[in-house]
Amino acid sequence: MQHKNRLKPFFENINFDREDNKMVINFGPQHPSAHGQLRLILELEGEQVTRAIPDIGYLHRGMEKMGENMIYNEFMPTTDRMDYIAASSNNYAFALSAERLMGLEVPRRAQVIRMILLELNRLMSHLFWLATHALDVGAMTIFIYAFREREYILDLIEDYCGARLTHSAIRIGGVPLDLPEGWLARVLVLMKKMPNDIKDYEALLDQNRIWKMRLEDVGTISTEMAKSWGCTGVMLRASGVNWDIRKEQPYELYNEVEFDVPVSDRGDSYARYKMYMEEMRQSIRIIEQLVPMYAKTDRALMAHAPQYISAPKEQIMTQNYSLMQHFVLVTQGMRPPVGESYVGTESPKGELGFYINSQGGPYPYRLKVRAPSFWHTGILQDILPGHYVADVVTIIGSYNIVFGEVDR
Amino acid sequence: MRKYTDKKDVQKKAYYNDRFYVTPQVAKLNPQEDAVFAEDIQMLESTFTINEAYIQLGHLVVYINAVDNKSVLSFMKDELGYEMLIEHSAMDWLAKRGEYEIFYELLNLQTAKRLRLKMYLKKEAALESVQDIFRSADWSEREMYDMLGVKVNNHPYMKRILMPDDWQGHPLLKTYPLQGDEAASWYEVDKIFGKENRHIIGPENRDSAMIDRYDTKRFARLGHEVNFGVTIGEGQEPITEVRYQEDGGVFLVKKLDPAKTKTITDRDR
Repeated sequence: MQHKNRLKPFFENINFDREDNKMVINFGPQHPSAHGQLRLILELEGEQVTRAIPDIGYLHRGMEKMGENMIYNEFMPTTDRMDYIAASSNNYAFALSAERLMGLEVPRRAQVIRMILLELNRLMSHLFWLATHALDVGAMTIFIYAFREREYILDLIEDYCGARLTHSAIRIGGVPLDLPEGWLARVLVLMKKMPNDIKDYEALLDQNRIWKMRLEDVGTISTEMAKSWGCTGVMLRASGVNWDIRKEQPYELYNEVEFDVPVSDRGDSYARYKMYMEEMRQSIRIIEQLVPMYAKTDRALMAHAPQYISAPKEQIMTQNYSLMQHFVLVTQGMRPPVGESYVGTESPKGELGFYINSQGGPYPYRLKVRAPSFWHTGILQDILPGHYVADVVTIIGSYNIVFGEVDR
Repeated sequence: MRKYTDKKDVQKKAYYNDRFYVTPQVAKLNPQEDAVFAEDIQMLESTFTINEAYIQLGHLVVYINAVDNKSVLSFMKDELGYEMLIEHSAMDWLAKRGEYEIFYELLNLQTAKRLRLKMYLKKEAALESVQDIFRSADWSEREMYDMLGVKVNNHPYMKRILMPDDWQGHPLLKTYPLQGDEAASWYEVDKIFGKENRHIIGPENRDSAMIDRYDTKRFARLGHEVNFGVTIGEGQEPITEVRYQEDGGVFLVKKLDPAKTKTITDRDR
């Protein structure tokens, strides 16, 4: 007899004892290769999956609700906790959407710093993906190597903003800090070293027989399906759609730097692996172009918009009106005009965007986070049937989902 | 008598509003100003009823009737080339106008244009599922129902997605408090201890900012430690020295002498 109110295992109308050959198993919610709290209910026939139901919500913190009860600047550190592998890209997507709403012009130096941060985050995220995905598939060495390089990037980010994981390094209207002394030189040293490392990873994996056997033709997504399921980022490009928001709808200075967008028409896990490797090379290329751009900018870091953005610290400490206005902005928050904005950005995982509906108050009336991983998890229910249980692990790893973002 | 508070909107409110402040509006442009959007809107107008259309921040915003949602979306996908449903959710206008505002965020990969399809839906009415046109709507609609209670017809697996199946209420409604309602404060108590033990356990405190310095069961006091469950009051907190290591050290670990430590400033790369 099941008591509905007690914490005893009881499963929602799932019949675990079956008469036929099929077996129903729970994959997760605690599973080392689920990359977070994913519960997959798999119906198996032998070793083959016949039905899959992803069950999410184990990391649901109600971020949209929190956002609707916070002033805009207050929400920034919360965005860090979505895709915590690349926190700055979340900060950025939120800041950009709010900036478009208020029509703010971000100073050029802040744009350069933001772009360097975004690309470092992309490298960080891709390295993390490679490390954990390879570990799931069984390649231990690559895990150690990729984490070593990720550590260098974490150090750089730490030097810039003091945090390694939850950066909050971007503000609405610009960035809070200038780059520290000698930081760009250290970035360049790392960027010079990275291509060799990527070559090493590829030497270990590209022609590796086990790696190829486990990745090729596994988790194949057709172009139609990728579009229909709202797949973005690498998931879409590996399925043969040449779509990168940095190229098609450029934000910041992405139209001033040169980079290529890798596309593949195979749509399997191996194609996605190649995409990630190539994207890392392109990120390095972008950062190398950005470093000389930094020197040609002047000192301003935050947009000049007294209605929405506080004056620089120096002014606040010396001028009465700036101090009063700073006080009002900190206690009451900025009040964007009535309207709504959604800006898609190319985060490492895919298209990340914040839909903000403002009714003129200091709190958004509706804040909706468009997190790419949400649909990349949803597509599992259509992709997994037909695959073997061992491939489930590869597919989850290959789709690069982060549960902070799925559940929000 | 308890002071009357309006329960229709329990979200956080600005504590000060300037009486003379006129909130500006984000500009709404005529759809004719953009060649691609002008063509799109012309094709839509010839087939469907359009209540309002404008361009805001580069997005074409189109208001239609909620009953048309499926036919308009399939028309957009097949005829206008809006192949991707990027985002789909709703907004709560129940207190003000008794309606939900539904939005579909669409993307055209060929022209790199974004379109937002919007409609008002009465509280009791149900939306038609579009998951067979855009598979991504499968999960979006589930999330929309879970968070806001918007009913969707003909969905193959309409079930809560983020909240537990037996949760009461829809968290993103304006009538739902940030820290959860009455049912939320009993949810875990009932699950773990059973409903009959409510009077022993008491409701769960869901205020994440709650601090009680004299509560010795749930709060630590560094430097002022007392035993678990001891009753203390003001001035009854003994000073206990914070030591990081036992006297005499432990096996294999040297006692840390701060004077002898060395801080590495830059890692050798």
